[in-house]
Amino acid sequence: MNPVLDVRGLGYELQRRTIVDGVSFAVGPGETLVLLGRSGAGKSTIIKLINRLLIPTAGAVQIDGQDAGTQDIVRLRRRIGYVIQEIGLFPHMTITENVGLLPRLEQWSKERTAERVRELLRLVGLDPDTFDARYPHQLSGGQRQRVGVARALGIDPPVLLLDEPFGALDPVTRAELQREFRKLAATLGKAVVFVTHDVREGLLLGARVGLLDGGRIVFLGTPSEFRASALPQVRQFMDSAA
Amino acid sequence: MSVLEFYGRHTGELLLLLRQHVGLVVISSAVALVLGLPLGILVARRPAWRKPVLGLTNVVQTVPSLALLGLLIPVFGIGAWTAVTALVLYALLPVVRNTNAGITGVDPAIREAGRGMGMSDGELLRLVELPLAAGVILAGVRVAVVVSVGVATIAAAIGAGGLGVYIFRGVATVDDTLILAGAIPAALLALLADGLLGLAERRLVWRAR
Repeated sequence: MNPVLDVRGLGYELQRRTIVDGVSFAVGPGETLVLLGRSGAGKSTIIKLINRLLIPTAGAVQIDGQDAGTQDIVRLRRRIGYVIQEIGLFPHMTITENVGLLPRLEQWSKERTAERVRELLRLVGLDPDTFDARYPHQLSGGQRQRVGVARALGIDPPVLLLDEPFGALDPVTRAELQREFRKLAATLGKAVVFVTHDVREGLLLGARVGLLDGGRIVFLGTPSEFRASALPQVRQFMDSAA
Repeated sequence: MSVLEFYGRHTGELLLLLRQHVGLVVISSAVALVLGLPLGILVARRPAWRKPVLGLTNVVQTVPSLALLGLLIPVFGIGAWTAVTALVLYALLPVVRNTNAGITGVDPAIREAGRGMGMSDGELLRLVELPLAAGVILAGVRVAVVVSVGVATIAAAIGAGGLGVYIFRGVATVDDTLILAGAIPAALLALLADGLLGLAERRLVWRAR
């Protein structure tokens, strides 16, 4: 199976400081790769190097076999869904406008956009009739995160990047969204990269888990391999969760 | 003679001066908006230009209005267009400054979310930055218009007409009624403009509440 997202030798230096160093991984359709690591390990940076909010200083990213660096940046990003913590929704747009933004920018017809928005809201467990005209600040944190996921799926991109999407939620809501996201990811068939510092979340959601330390991937394997690993950095992480 | 009596005798003249005054303010504010909005966007995008542009508009602001009009006469001659030029120069600063402040004040995380999801620069500006900055920009326009109503009274000194005609005539003849006949409608005009723009602000601008 050809990977949808192929990251090879990715590196990022800022003012002679190495933030990301020689990171390689591939993600296939329907697969979720979790990037785990403590704050400052380079997780978010990797996400931003993939959608070129930051420009890599080494290595390459391929999406569906095409080099990301040579593509038009707007076209590239529209093929990559991007979910961040709750601030990402546009506060002056209703839920419908937020979720329908990319379809609109892609010149979809009004009817098709409206239908797509309803479909997406249902997909993330929100009743379209209740939520469509509301503004982000009228929603709970968990609901906002659902909208964020729906918006990222707007024009059905093959790749989905999530940067600590559930980081700001209370534990109960968080667990609920984790369960639902797991189900959703299994049905969507997207190549998903999920960044978190929460080892439980990572092991629950990831088909594979990559552990980052100082900008490098020190471990990459399945959750059961992760649990069984004797690597000190892995043990440290496992102990913190116990 | 009271101001009202005066108006009773000179209704036609009052309406003419009022129309001239409003004309000066509307035209100059519109031009200031058309020039100031892109200029504000430009300096918000290019921080290196911020200091020279805002500095220059600031310097213009410190020149007394009568002196500015005097300085412009050799360039544009006497009359309404010179007055409009001076008013535009005055109105430019609040518009440029507030446009810049409104756009740079947009949460960087929101901008990054927009970029990250694949919005072009123009789409981000049109659909996210300008709508979120609209309140601050409109506040600048409000200041510009109210200041213009006041400064436009000075325009009478160079033959541009407006309510300042009564004021200058009153000062020259030491006639308080005439001064008030010009000053009162000018003040009411400023209040009216401020109120109307405040209303527009509440109508047009998104606010989290």
